Amino acid sequence: MKRMTKLLSVLTAGALFAGVLSGCGGGSGEKKAASGGDTIKIGGLLEMTGGSASFGISSKNGVDLAFKDINAKGGVNGKKLELVVADDKSEASEAANGMQKLISQDKVVAIIGPNQSSAVIASGAIANSAKIAQITPMGTNPDVTVDPSTKKTKEYSFRACFIDPFQGTVMANFAAKDLKVTKAAILIDNSSDYSKGLAAFFKETFVKLNGSIVAEEAFLQKDTDFKSTLTKIKAANPDIIYVPAYYQEVGLIVKQAREIGYEGVMVGGDGWDSSKLPEIAGKEALNKTYFSSPYSPDDISDINKAFVTAYEKDYKSKPDVFAALAYDSALLVAKAIEDAKSTEPAKIAAAMAKISGFKGVSGDVTFNEQHNPIKSAVIIEHVNGAQIFKTKVNP
Amino acid sequence: MESFLSQFFQQLINGISLGSIYALIALGYTMIYGIIKLINFAHGDIYMLGAYFGFFTTTQLRLSFIPAIILAMVCAALTGIIIERVAYKPMRNAPRIAILITAIGVSFFLEYTMILLVSPQPRTFPAVFTPVVYKIGSLVVNSQQIVILASAVILMAVLTFIVNKTKVGKAMRAVSFDTDAARLMGINIDRVISTTFALGSALAAAGGVLVGVYYNSIDPLMGMMPGLKAFVAAVLGGIGIIPGAMMGGLILGVVEAMISGFISSTLRDAAAFGILILILLYKPSGLLGKNIREKV
Amino acid sequence: MNPLRKFDFQAIVACIITFAVFQTLIATELIGPFWELNMVLICINVILSVSLNLINGYTGQFSIGHAGFMAVGAYISAIITVKLGMSFPLGILVATVAAGILGFLIGLPTLRLNGDYLAIATLGLGEIIRICILNIDYVGGASGLMGIPRLTTFASAFWIMIFVIFFIKNFKNSAHGRCCLSIRENEIAADTMGINTTKYKVMAFTLGASFAGTAGALFSHYFFLAHPATFTFMRSFDILTMVVLGGLGSMTGAITGAVLLTFISAWLSDYPEWRMIIYAATLIVLMLHRPQGLFGSTELSLKMFGLGGKDDGRIAEGR
Repeated sequence: MKRMTKLLSVLTAGALFAGVLSGCGGGSGEKKAASGGDTIKIGGLLEMTGGSASFGISSKNGVDLAFKDINAKGGVNGKKLELVVADDKSEASEAANGMQKLISQDKVVAIIGPNQSSAVIASGAIANSAKIAQITPMGTNPDVTVDPSTKKTKEYSFRACFIDPFQGTVMANFAAKDLKVTKAAILIDNSSDYSKGLAAFFKETFVKLNGSIVAEEAFLQKDTDFKSTLTKIKAANPDIIYVPAYYQEVGLIVKQAREIGYEGVMVGGDGWDSSKLPEIAGKEALNKTYFSSPYSPDDISDINKAFVTAYEKDYKSKPDVFAALAYDSALLVAKAIEDAKSTEPAKIAAAMAKISGFKGVSGDVTFNEQHNPIKSAVIIEHVNGAQIFKTKVNP
Repeated sequence: MESFLSQFFQQLINGISLGSIYALIALGYTMIYGIIKLINFAHGDIYMLGAYFGFFTTTQLRLSFIPAIILAMVCAALTGIIIERVAYKPMRNAPRIAILITAIGVSFFLEYTMILLVSPQPRTFPAVFTPVVYKIGSLVVNSQQIVILASAVILMAVLTFIVNKTKVGKAMRAVSFDTDAARLMGINIDRVISTTFALGSALAAAGGVLVGVYYNSIDPLMGMMPGLKAFVAAVLGGIGIIPGAMMGGLILGVVEAMISGFISSTLRDAAAFGILILILLYKPSGLLGKNIREKV
Repeated sequence: MNPLRKFDFQAIVACIITFAVFQTLIATELIGPFWELNMVLICINVILSVSLNLINGYTGQFSIGHAGFMAVGAYISAIITVKLGMSFPLGILVATVAAGILGFLIGLPTLRLNGDYLAIATLGLGEIIRICILNIDYVGGASGLMGIPRLTTFASAFWIMIFVIFFIKNFKNSAHGRCCLSIRENEIAADTMGINTTKYKVMAFTLGASFAGTAGALFSHYFFLAHPATFTFMRSFDILTMVVLGGLGSMTGAITGAVLLTFISAWLSDYPEWRMIIYAATLIVLMLHRPQGLFGSTELSLKMFGLGGKDDGRIAEGR
């Protein structure tokens, strides 16, 4: 036994030493050319494991598809794009870790992801100090691209989606003006800053428009039983329930709200966008629900039709909003590289900031000075499980 | 006042339906703990596997509800036996903590293998039966809630019968009481423990399928929280005691419903763990348990 | 006492040399920012695993809620530096004390439990701490506390780690530490021998918790933010894996476990979907074939390789 202990210890120590050595080896290899050869490496810092793995995996599918399309057409500036994925484990500190790895080990020239605002902010600090452009498909918090203390735009942070204030405001306007309701209840995902952000701006605008908030409730990600909370909300007798959350929970919430006998309108944000939603909630339960989105798979633009067909062919399901926005993010990165005619990270970022009138699957993108895309929102209504385009709202 | 009362009773109904799900999982938990004193951390994941087995039998094999649930139970029972053979059996004489760590390992192993195999996206159950909604005054009850509660009660009764009245049950109780003495009496310990795991896993799978149909959404991490909650329920009722699991589950469900209904839903999980700690501190043997002094 | 002093002296010299080597490598950029980040992460993980080892390994009280104390440290230190604008060292100190106080308050009632029950109770408490943080808007709730400056450097993380290691090593070799060991070996026997078991259990738990707070402070000031999702049960599980891999009750084991797993995790970032499966499988296989971990409760020392001097019985004890 003692001999074995010794042997094991020696082995471990050896492994350790090797680890340190190879660690340094990796470090010393850093002076390699940024993207020599025929490929350009783009980092994908995505939620591959952990609680939000479904976001990251959808996004990865979207990026893969975009790169496949681009490479099939000959790549960018004659070079093929290659995606290097790092896992942020659905966690902000791991995002910082992954970002560091992508930049210094893999020598990527730009980064797509992550989707959760907190992870984007944590990793963005590193991207900005390394001067490499980062674009998040779904990081909606305003602080993602703007430093909250100095109010300055972060030079290397971009996003492909709306910001929270816009979506919350759009929905509040729609509720008060188009649906003409006055009593709203809010049910938020307390573990998501996206949800909290949307709710805060919805409330602000809705109250300004003479509406009143009759109940504010919260749940946590991965909850499955909402009946108690919904019973409480129903007792407050709202005309409308605003549920800015992701479709996994929204599906259950809508289903259970109908089961306990709530017949009113329910509305939400782009987190609702998924072909899974009608399956989880049930088609009938989803009637009288609306959500704001940058994107609708039923959008009539050609680029979107082609995207949906290709996605369905490769992944056997309809793309959700994460896939669509990641696809757009990938195209935006490719466009920036093309415009910059260079793979120098700083030039890519500069070219990215100048992009205007870009046609993506989620609509036209022009970056404003805060690096937020100016694009119109659509309000989508569910009718018997199908997403019906209701109205378009311009910023 | 009237609205308060109707809300109170509605929350009671919500709580009982939530509690019967906890009870369904807790039954298997408590039985396995009762027989071999192992906190089978992976129990919640067997419940998840059961839901997936049910999903595949209904969607791929196109079975109707009853054959699907039975097939899912059989598959889960086999998985349970395999897990016991591979991971727990060699540890039978190891320190309790080593077994607990193994169980946590098995739990994570199942979760992440499933993520790899079936992707983390939630899946939806096909509509195997349409729920009927009953309205009594302002109260709303759904036929699925009744089915789940009824299944929990029936399974509890069946389990109690097996443990108390059959030969296998007698052997289980003997093993639970004193493993070595049971072996000396000619009881095949391995077989008894395998049976226990098979039974417990089958129960979890039944729960998984029912819940999958009820919520209409399953994903690889669905067993994590319910697994922990079911453990709380089992401890609350007195771990190892089958009716205790039922009672603990219902109490926990009602408490959670009342907390989310009248205080705040975000404190619901904290309350569940709070109950666990209070019970452990003041009555570790649970509500139905008897206090047993540890002998030196 | 002499051999011990001599050992301490040698160890300190070794630490200074190690530090000098790595600091030079970092300064000359031979180690890039990614591996520098991992070096800091190793220091933090070592603090966590060594402090958990004090509770789980030496005292034999099975806690799996370590992430909760880490969270407290991360948030308290961030409040001190960001909200109150005070200095980072003060932040670390307050974080350590606060996590310790919480550990004391939690430990006092829960340590009456043992084995599985204690494990589950600590798991629950860890989650309760996290849920409470999630509901406090002052610290950002679900968004986490952002805008924390990066004040942790490799130097500060390294020397705090060395301090923690020496503190715990000396604690273990003190009379108090012996009492803790005796509780692990047999609590009833220890009680009969007149040892105040509750006192020592709570003492070890408080110390372990407070060092987890230290690690949390270093952590939040390296990764720019404190976020509730960072301190879930998964984090506790990671720390536990480090301790168990190295060997419950072995200081060098805990250190090795932390270093190894940090490297493995960095390597596996290219195969994210496999990481947790490999962790879990490692844990199961390890428990099946070597439940005492790589080192058991033995300490790694030069003597193991037959290089050390005469056995003074102090370093390689426990066997």
